[in-house]
Amino acid sequence: MSLAHESIASLRRRLAAKEIHSRDIVQDLLQQIDAREKTIHAYTHLDREAALAAAEKSDPSLPLGGIPIAIKDNLNVLGDPCTCASKILEGYKAPYDATAIARLRQAGAVFLGRTNMDEFAMGSSTENSALGITRNPWDSTRIPGGSSGGSAAAVGGRIALAALGSDTGGSIRQPAALCGCVGLKPTYGRISRYGLVAFASSLDQIGPLTRTVEDSALLLSALAGHDPRDNTTDLRKPESFLAKPDGSVKGLRVGIPKEYFIPGMDTETEAAVRQSAEWFKKNGATLVDVSLPHTPSAIAVYYILATAEASANLARFDGVRYGRRATDPRDVLDLYHRTRSEGFGPEVKRRIILGTFVLSAGYTDAYYRQAQKVRGLIRQDFENAFASCDLLLTPTSPEPAFKLGDRTQDPLKMYLADVFTISVNLAGNPAVSLPCGFTKSNLPIGLQLIGPRFGEEKILQAGHSYEQAHDWHQRLPPA
Amino acid sequence: MSSSSKWEAVIGLEVHVQVRTRTKMFCGCVNQYGDAQNTHLCPVCLGLPGSLPVPNEEAIRKTILSGLMLGCQIAPVARFDRKNYFYPDMPKNYQISQYDDPLCAGGGVTLDPFLFPKEIQETEEAKAGRKIRLVRIHLEEDVAKSFHFEDRSGIDFNRAGTPLMEIVSEADLRTPGEAFSFLGSLRQILLAGNVSDADMEKGQMRCDVNVSVRPFGQKEYGTKVELKNLNSISGVRRALTYEIARQIAACEKGEAIAHETRRWDDEAGATFTMRTKEKAHDYRYFPEPDLLPVRTDQGLLESARTLVPELPSGLQTRLIRDFGVTPYQASVLTADRILCGYYEKAAAGTKNKALVANWILNDFLSTQPDPTTTPVRPEYFGELADLVAGGAINSAQAKKVFTELMAHPTSPKDLVKKLGLEQISDTSALSAYCDEAIAANPRSVEDYKAGKMNAINALKGFVMKKSQGKANPAQVDEILRTKLSS
Repeated sequence: MSLAHESIASLRRRLAAKEIHSRDIVQDLLQQIDAREKTIHAYTHLDREAALAAAEKSDPSLPLGGIPIAIKDNLNVLGDPCTCASKILEGYKAPYDATAIARLRQAGAVFLGRTNMDEFAMGSSTENSALGITRNPWDSTRIPGGSSGGSAAAVGGRIALAALGSDTGGSIRQPAALCGCVGLKPTYGRISRYGLVAFASSLDQIGPLTRTVEDSALLLSALAGHDPRDNTTDLRKPESFLAKPDGSVKGLRVGIPKEYFIPGMDTETEAAVRQSAEWFKKNGATLVDVSLPHTPSAIAVYYILATAEASANLARFDGVRYGRRATDPRDVLDLYHRTRSEGFGPEVKRRIILGTFVLSAGYTDAYYRQAQKVRGLIRQDFENAFASCDLLLTPTSPEPAFKLGDRTQDPLKMYLADVFTISVNLAGNPAVSLPCGFTKSNLPIGLQLIGPRFGEEKILQAGHSYEQAHDWHQRLPPA
Repeated sequence: MSSSSKWEAVIGLEVHVQVRTRTKMFCGCVNQYGDAQNTHLCPVCLGLPGSLPVPNEEAIRKTILSGLMLGCQIAPVARFDRKNYFYPDMPKNYQISQYDDPLCAGGGVTLDPFLFPKEIQETEEAKAGRKIRLVRIHLEEDVAKSFHFEDRSGIDFNRAGTPLMEIVSEADLRTPGEAFSFLGSLRQILLAGNVSDADMEKGQMRCDVNVSVRPFGQKEYGTKVELKNLNSISGVRRALTYEIARQIAACEKGEAIAHETRRWDDEAGATFTMRTKEKAHDYRYFPEPDLLPVRTDQGLLESARTLVPELPSGLQTRLIRDFGVTPYQASVLTADRILCGYYEKAAAGTKNKALVANWILNDFLSTQPDPTTTPVRPEYFGELADLVAGGAINSAQAKKVFTELMAHPTSPKDLVKKLGLEQISDTSALSAYCDEAIAANPRSVEDYKAGKMNAINALKGFVMKKSQGKANPAQVDEILRTKLSS
């Protein structure tokens, strides 16, 4: 069997035993990439020599020594491109390492390549990339989800062992669900955002996409913890997020929020998720009906707050200091206008304009400030729910992967893809998506476990127990 | 009554002050003025993608300190906001500033009469000692500096991210002289707290002025004009003098004042329209999501309190009361804390403290402009003052010693010897001089014996002259009296 099919945990054991060398893993992955990347197009940048050279020098005694990891193209890796899948960052080379990257480096990881995404992480299908679309490894006529679609397709397609993504409204979990892998959005403040190109600063979190829950916990341990460069990181020390590798779910109180099972959602998805809930019940957990009453407002709140922050975060791309610059500008205004008109894609422009609008004098009270208030209510919903349960169980996405091009003309319909993931970002809680079945047409279905703030251990523990009892994560996509 | 005296100006100032800190406001780059361009840079102050700000506690503490010195209320929880606008000297195209919850609110600056322009220090306006209220003080980051060449522009990012306080006054000022004293008085306070060097000519203190005119007695404000490009405190005064006259002249002609920003041209001595303000700029402020709220009530405020220095007004009072200096001298000493420290040391050992102040402020400064490097030890002044007070030398001789002291700094006692000014205290020598004086001035002797006690002065003068001023006057007096009474 190709080493590309194994989990990090298992490869770690074999590396430590000196059965294999990191170069063997990289070579197997490159072989898989040769076979599949042409179809999937998960990567925006791949430096084979550099990956092999890093593997050669890797130290297997380190926690992630010699483990190759793919990186979403909105994280700064010293010397690498960091395009955010945008024309505006054409030719830009990162002059520093993101804290998450520095921590992986310190843990001995090998960087495999940069993965595709929706431009500046704005989208749910990776179709908003200026560098070409990515295809779902399970069905190449379908989208991989987004915005971390390249990372999810690479891991789900077995052309990466693991990848980093970023999740602002579901951008790790939704593509993970649609590509059949495990995607974790940690608690806001758990992982430093320093070096992650900001989309919406109060919502963005970096997280791992992996084959297994155990691998997710392994990466989280390496990534988590306070960073003096990020004022919003939490001071608590990273822990072992999988303290009891074979723990049971007995006595666990699993909340089922009624707002997450809605008319119109895909029936196969609903059935698979309800069946996973039954598994928890059968194994000693209690199912608790809970309500998150402000859920219907979440998408509106999100598209006000996220775009408001984005309108400021993306203002720096002006052609003055780096990235793309319009040629022969008449004056500085012309430089701004043309650089940004030429450099940004339509979805990014739409969100910048929306965000600028909701902050404008005369509108900010009705939109931005109002949305901030409702965000507080959504956060309160979760706190109330966690008074009666340990974690929440929901679908990750209302439907499996849809067809390429299906939603590109209808942004509002596209926004609905994140209906089950967005509230979690607004509240700041952690959530993991893991495979919980397949549709009749062999498309992966994702189960979302949401934890209380800084309750990653709870959801990873429960997810791991579920995963141990099932083999969804071992299924291979069609060749 | 001249027509202009029917009009009153209303002036408000927005003063930006660079806070002197080791590092910049939101990153670890050195906060230093005047180095080679673009040498103090990092991903944060360049606004590179992915970088994040981390607040500088020293800058926050110094802003709180400024608030404490100016009598502001300090917010228990302050917040940073983003102020959005595009400009090439602004790396992120938004400035991290404070909007709804600034660090300091209220407070005021009392106008120091001696910090009015010299020629009007004696006027009622200056002596009034008015207190100008402040609206607020908030903390933000400075922008980079643009340079314009013939066909292109360049940007030096060294300044980008320098901690910058914005101190906003109420529209309490009424005259250019008051604005002049406000800036000077504010600067004295900031210097005392070691918050900033606040040198306008170096851009460490920058000032935007809002000014309007209205007839005396009218409550409503006139149309406000904003003045920019003011590069010195006296420039602010000149610009205001011009602008107020311009507005009054326009009003008297019945012309409307345009709501606009005008640029002060120091060479032309006039203001010119920069842009009209038909549409107010929408900065789209919103809370900075990258920064947590700043809690000042968990140690920051307390640590700032320990830094509050003796304020200029208190120091002036103490100098006048305890050192006997004039109010003017007190104000000069207060303006220069280093010189003042030197003076306090110099005057410490002597009762003749006012004399030391005269020496230091007049003669010393002209030869030894820098008290930190001068080889003249401050104790020498006290020693010299005591020599005069004790009658060992007279003031004419003291002047000689002083000149020598500046040229060859060493103990004044030694200098007195070196210059041959030490007094003759040898009784037999003095006795001989006195005998000579009595013999040469029979008339004075007669007068003295007849009860005209002042007549002895002529005899003393004779002795002093004979001895070339070296005779110890006290001893001479005693010897003469003994001889005359026998």
